[in-house]
Amino acid sequence: MLPRERIVAAIRAGARGGEPALVAFLTAGYPQRAQFREHLAAVAAGADVVEIGVPFTDPMADGMTIQRSSQEALRQGVTLQWILDELTAMPRLRAPLLLMSYLNPLLSYGYERLAAASIAAGVCGFIIPDLPLDESVALGAALDPHGLALVQMVTPVTPAARLARLCEASQGFVYAVTMTGTTGHNVATPAGMLEYLARVRAVAKVPVCAGFGIRSREQVERLRGAVDGCVVGSALVEVLERGESPQAWLAALRSSAV
Amino acid sequence: MNDNTIDTKGRERLLARLLAGEFPDQQGRYGPFGGRYVPETLVSAHERLEAGVARWLADADFQRELQQELSTWVGRPTALSHAPRLSQRWGADVWLKREDLAHTGAHKINNALGQALLARRLGARRIVAETGAGQHGVASAAACARLGLPCTVYMGAVDMERQAPNVGRMRLLGATVVSVTGGDQTLRAAIDEAMRDWVADPEGTYYLLGSAVGAHPYPYLVRELQSVIGREARTQIRAQSGALPDLVIACVGGGSNAIGLFHPFVNDQSVAILGIEAGGRGAGLGDNAAPLSFGRPGVLHGSYSMLLQDGDGQIQETHSVSAGLDYPGVGPEHALLQACGRVSYEAASDADALAAVRECCECEGILPAIESAHALAGARRWARSHPGKRILIGLSGRGDKDMLTLTQMLLAKAPTGAA
Repeated sequence: MLPRERIVAAIRAGARGGEPALVAFLTAGYPQRAQFREHLAAVAAGADVVEIGVPFTDPMADGMTIQRSSQEALRQGVTLQWILDELTAMPRLRAPLLLMSYLNPLLSYGYERLAAASIAAGVCGFIIPDLPLDESVALGAALDPHGLALVQMVTPVTPAARLARLCEASQGFVYAVTMTGTTGHNVATPAGMLEYLARVRAVAKVPVCAGFGIRSREQVERLRGAVDGCVVGSALVEVLERGESPQAWLAALRSSAV
Repeated sequence: MNDNTIDTKGRERLLARLLAGEFPDQQGRYGPFGGRYVPETLVSAHERLEAGVARWLADADFQRELQQELSTWVGRPTALSHAPRLSQRWGADVWLKREDLAHTGAHKINNALGQALLARRLGARRIVAETGAGQHGVASAAACARLGLPCTVYMGAVDMERQAPNVGRMRLLGATVVSVTGGDQTLRAAIDEAMRDWVADPEGTYYLLGSAVGAHPYPYLVRELQSVIGREARTQIRAQSGALPDLVIACVGGGSNAIGLFHPFVNDQSVAILGIEAGGRGAGLGDNAAPLSFGRPGVLHGSYSMLLQDGDGQIQETHSVSAGLDYPGVGPEHALLQACGRVSYEAASDADALAAVRECCECEGILPAIESAHALAGARRWARSHPGKRILIGLSGRGDKDMLTLTQMLLAKAPTGAA
């Protein structure tokens, strides 16, 4: 199975009976660099897919929580190379891993070298918030031969023609941003949300995962049947920040409220 | 685009395309540089802006409105002053394009006014802007007040402290000034925060970017609005001196005053062009704000250009005595102008810039901004190796805003007069 197909399979397997699969995010090396492997393993045990955030000095699309976690991880010396080395050295996890990174650290690393190192580290794909599809040809050419996924994002205001192009191109899953704005805002799912997600699902060939601002069981509940998965980021980073168990928190997101 | 080296053939091809006026191309690229590296949440907003620029910039009615405001409110054309005493000292024929005389005290107003007029045509309900030294913030606040548009300015907490008088000016002009405490708390972090604001309301908010940086179409839009500097200067210097200059020179931070001055001279093959970056304390990482001199290509704030970064692609903190040049990146068109060899770029140190402030004050009765003094320092150095040449210097702004720094760094040392 190609790495990108592992992501698809994990989300489909996780989405049982209309219950969304969980795609969980953590900033690499935050809150403590020394506990990265432990935190990653705990998150992976409670999630279906894991996004590992590569810290960047200018996380333009992120809210306060991930700005804070990125800054602190950088302060502790977390780099892309360190993350890849850690992943290569640790035992393989059941959940497929993606790297979520702004473009410049990847560009600086070199695309060909990145693709090879990612395979060695067990990474299955990438999410790059500041790389729209229109600029992704060069990176795509390096990732494709290895079967690595490049996930595309769509938003509620993406025009229909562009939505179709993005869904067609997206690999692993389609990241459906549930609002305009940065990561981590807590908003109730608006009325037009289900209609928007249905539009995305109608054109997507891979699973559709909703993200940005999901932090409660109530929100997950409302997305039942409307998406294949939910992405949880800032709220989970805050769980780790408070020293609580990510596994227990993720389990509570899944458990029925009834 | 991973390839940093451009061979001789590639350079010649780029130069030919530049002279043919092919940049930016359809993808918003200047050769390998530029582009649009923005979150998907902002792609539609950039596309709308691109369509708006295409619709309005050349529109006769829009141009009439812009020209009217430029002449009766900004005070254009700004003067071209001959500098007889600097000429004598340097052994050159020195001319100063006086953007310090423009309303609000710097070239920034040309862009702020133009974009605010555009924003109104595009139906924006509010304006957001970022500012470093505060000059773009003041210009944006003034333009928005003039047009009756609500304006929010993001400014790094560190800059708010070192540029306190400008914070007061913005507030008097009716703007909301938001302190940015994330990141490095300077211009870079302020841009990040302004973009986050825009992401939250891409339909109703207009982002008024202050320099020739960012994603397409910003570098193009800012160049077009600032080119009034070079067009005026070109006409003025021919009328006043009888010929084109041998050298055109300007300071380069993000590069908006420089691109505005340079652009109308790019096809004048007899004219050499030189950009002067902030050399700060020296060549070391973190000691300067000179990406064309000491950086390598990368992506920040939406475009691929020269960038001060470490080996891991993390953006470096910068240093310059001049807050307006204190930025790790530079507009993509400057990266192209350097790569194809049409424009040379050098750095001037903090000390050289401060000495140039004093010299310009004492010789010409003009207090230049510390930013602009970098161009003066570079011109003085160039004059030494090219005696008897005619030099056109972009004096991008006035130094009143720098009095706190100048009091500490120049007056406290009191090298002239009685001790």
